Amino acid sequence: MNFQPGTIGEGAAAADPRPHLVVVGNGMAGCRAVEELLARDPHRYRVTIFGAESHVNYNRIMLSPVLAGEKTFDEIVINDAAWYRDNQIELVSSDPVIAINRAGRTVTSRSGRTLGYDKLLIATGSDPFIIPVPGKDLPGVISFRDMNDVDAMLAAAGKGGDAVVIGGGLLGLEAAHGLTLRGMKVTVLHLMPTLMERQLDEAAGWLLKSALEARGQTILTGADTAEILGTDAVEGVRLKDGSVIPASLVVMAVGIRPSTALAREAGLAVGRGIQVDDHMVTSDADVLAVGECVEHAGQVYGLVAPLWEMCRALADGLVEKHSGYTGSVTSTKLKVSGIDVFSAGDFSGGDGAEDIVLRDASRGVYKRVVVKDDRIVGAVLYGDTGDGGWYFDLLKRQEDVSQLRDMLIFGQAFAQGGGAADPKAAVAALSDDAEICGCNGVTKGQVVGCIEKGACSLDAVRAGCKASASCGSCTGLVENLLAVTLGDAVQAGPKTMCRCTSFGHDDIRREIVAQGMRSIPEVMQMLHWSTPDGCSSCRPALNYYLLCALPGDYVDDQQSRFVNERMHANIQKDGTYSVVPRMWGGLTNPTELRAIADVVEKFNAPMVKVTGGQRLDIFGIRKEDLPAVWADLNAAGMVSGHAYGKSLRTVKTCVGSEWCRFGTQDSTGLGVKLERGFWGSWMPHKFKMAVSGCPRNCAEATIKDFGVVCVDSGYELHVGGNGGIHVRATDLLVKVTTETEAMHYAAAFVQLYREEARYLERTAPWIERVGLQHIKDRVVEDVEGRDALAARFWHSQTFSQEDPWAERVAGAAREQHAHMAAFKPLAVEEMA
Amino acid sequence: MIGEWLDIGWLGEIPVRGSRTVPVDGGEEIAVFRTGDDQVFALVNRCPHKGGPLSQGIVHGHSVACPLHNWNIALATGQAQGDDKGCTPVIPVKVSGGRVLICRAGVLQAAA
Repeated sequence: MNFQPGTIGEGAAAADPRPHLVVVGNGMAGCRAVEELLARDPHRYRVTIFGAESHVNYNRIMLSPVLAGEKTFDEIVINDAAWYRDNQIELVSSDPVIAINRAGRTVTSRSGRTLGYDKLLIATGSDPFIIPVPGKDLPGVISFRDMNDVDAMLAAAGKGGDAVVIGGGLLGLEAAHGLTLRGMKVTVLHLMPTLMERQLDEAAGWLLKSALEARGQTILTGADTAEILGTDAVEGVRLKDGSVIPASLVVMAVGIRPSTALAREAGLAVGRGIQVDDHMVTSDADVLAVGECVEHAGQVYGLVAPLWEMCRALADGLVEKHSGYTGSVTSTKLKVSGIDVFSAGDFSGGDGAEDIVLRDASRGVYKRVVVKDDRIVGAVLYGDTGDGGWYFDLLKRQEDVSQLRDMLIFGQAFAQGGGAADPKAAVAALSDDAEICGCNGVTKGQVVGCIEKGACSLDAVRAGCKASASCGSCTGLVENLLAVTLGDAVQAGPKTMCRCTSFGHDDIRREIVAQGMRSIPEVMQMLHWSTPDGCSSCRPALNYYLLCALPGDYVDDQQSRFVNERMHANIQKDGTYSVVPRMWGGLTNPTELRAIADVVEKFNAPMVKVTGGQRLDIFGIRKEDLPAVWADLNAAGMVSGHAYGKSLRTVKTCVGSEWCRFGTQDSTGLGVKLERGFWGSWMPHKFKMAVSGCPRNCAEATIKDFGVVCVDSGYELHVGGNGGIHVRATDLLVKVTTETEAMHYAAAFVQLYREEARYLERTAPWIERVGLQHIKDRVVEDVEGRDALAARFWHSQTFSQEDPWAERVAGAAREQHAHMAAFKPLAVEEMA
Repeated sequence: MIGEWLDIGWLGEIPVRGSRTVPVDGGEEIAVFRTGDDQVFALVNRCPHKGGPLSQGIVHGHSVACPLHNWNIALATGQAQGDDKGCTPVIPVKVSGGRVLICRAGVLQAAA
């Protein structure tokens, strides 16, 4: 319907004796308020509505389907011209109100029309937020707020080409979806690390990003727009990291802000929005306000549901039935077709809140319900939002869910259905041919058969009939079957990695490789993590496993590293750090010693100590001084000694044949070669080496993870030694005749340890767990396997031998050292 | 005029699942945390156990694990979790327009 600018119903009003209600804003809130008023008393007020747009009242939240071509404008009209006429409402369109005179109780429109009012309702909604970057006013830069914006986007899309949508919130994603359907190549730029971060948690945001990328959109998170490029029209967008994305259309959908200028100029109380009481009355008793432009009890709303509640309270007030608005709990449903996302309430957890998480990787489902004091306080659903309404209802009614708790996450049908309140009873009631494991097509009968043949643990079932051996989403069902079939005879499985998962380390490593997982959120989703972002045990382990599986490819997650590895120094009991520069094979020279001495003086380090691994440790360095310390040490040619890392620490040596009366080989030289070859490689735990020049073993090589004892006829290679709490002498792995062979075996052994040991398991317990024979089979007997292991190790080393100190000195992650601001109680204005 | 809320910088200056520190002249350092779901919390930068700098711990959910002995501290309350007992002072903090604001009175009280 094309509606011409002008008025409806003009003239009929002149002699009308009723009080005059003037509404500023012909949008969803203004018209809904009038509808509510008419429903209560159709004759009490004479009504005039001013609208800035040329249209009748339409459903703004349906603009996306119009953009996407799923609906026409006529289909989203809420009230057509006949409605205004039938209800004797005067509509003044294309003529926004520009001033309110409260003393004279009149409004004045842009065209100069002045009208008196008895009651004034402000429903000006909100304005799109335009980020103040160069180029924001270029033709081709538009917001996504009203029908004119949709028309502009459709015109641009008609020419095809590239579009950039700035903003990965609900609105931006809807714009991106519409433009994609209209044939444009769309890139979404989002400042935050995950999409829709206000509505979705990280896991759901990650799933959404994956789904949108599968539809051909490019999603750049952490993308900070620096400038919109172009001279006469938009040509592209430049990000702060320097990258440029070409575009003939840029849609800004970064947010909205309440439209309050008119109210502010009229002298009404305005905070973030126009301040109203529970009856939607502003600081002037004759002026009301409703919708996105208002602030009620400190809250502003950008969704439709609260608006309806406000309109009811407002209309009640206008007919003196004061009911009062008490604020809204909101829920969001993503309307982008084909992707089901729901969020409601406060899903951010917090004190005393418990998360109930269900992840079903094979169906792409993620559900999270947050419960506090036996009441639901929030929910995030992805992939299966069927129960969103039920959760939202329980949330709004603040119903006690303690009776439902165990079943809650499975949804209404399960939690309230058929008396199957006990999951074991539910499993027992299944027929024998019911499918338990979808991945491997295993039925209940087969699982029970496997258990009856002697499988007493989850692992045994996994090995016996493959149920729960792939994605693991049926693990709970299998465990219940074990319990039902065996009662108390169930054997507990191996220890899980942590309380966030039902899987052990080995299962997780195997699945990461088998399923080609590439990030921590992906692992957590695919393997059904029960917490939103893991804990301090599992995150460092997952980070290592991914790093080991994908050398050169995986992007290290700094926030999943223990402080020592994040700060590249050892934290000490007083919160200061100690720093150990590398001295290859324990050798040093005047330049290095001088640099160390200078650092000790310059930074007032209270202690320098020779470590057990023959290196110098400088103590008492403050976090903020670390980059400067490293810069000085780097300048003397020294690099990080990784004394802080789960990585190669030191290669201890004796002087060997060069000086020693008994030395048989050049143990110092081999130590230097080993250290130069192996430094920088990340390991499951700290890893130490040593090379002794003769069986007197001055370098104590037989209590190291990898030790070499030189003898007349060659090199004895020892593994699995440990000088820690449980002292363990090495096992002899093999004897070789050349340095080259020694290096080759070392690489194969280290890689086997890197690939097979559990995180935080040193070589000694690892070898005792798997047996020395296993190591010999893989490293000594299997020639091809040895070569392959060594090749994988050296490949990995091509990416890892970057000095982390130098990177940090060059400015990477500088913020980890600098204070964010400083607080001076007596001079607050100096705050950074 | 000294405001009640002090602007200490952009939210984006704190790494997600990380923290930044704010030293207080003559008082205790404050750690400002940003969680995975973009909530912001502030605590005195000291574990109730042995005084470890909580700012350097691993942030998970709405907790931080102390880097010295892995005590888990709830960011919202400062309470040690699990079997551990102890509490770190909490300072009110909020985000407005992308800026991180910290409560002045809270800083003075907690850091005194």
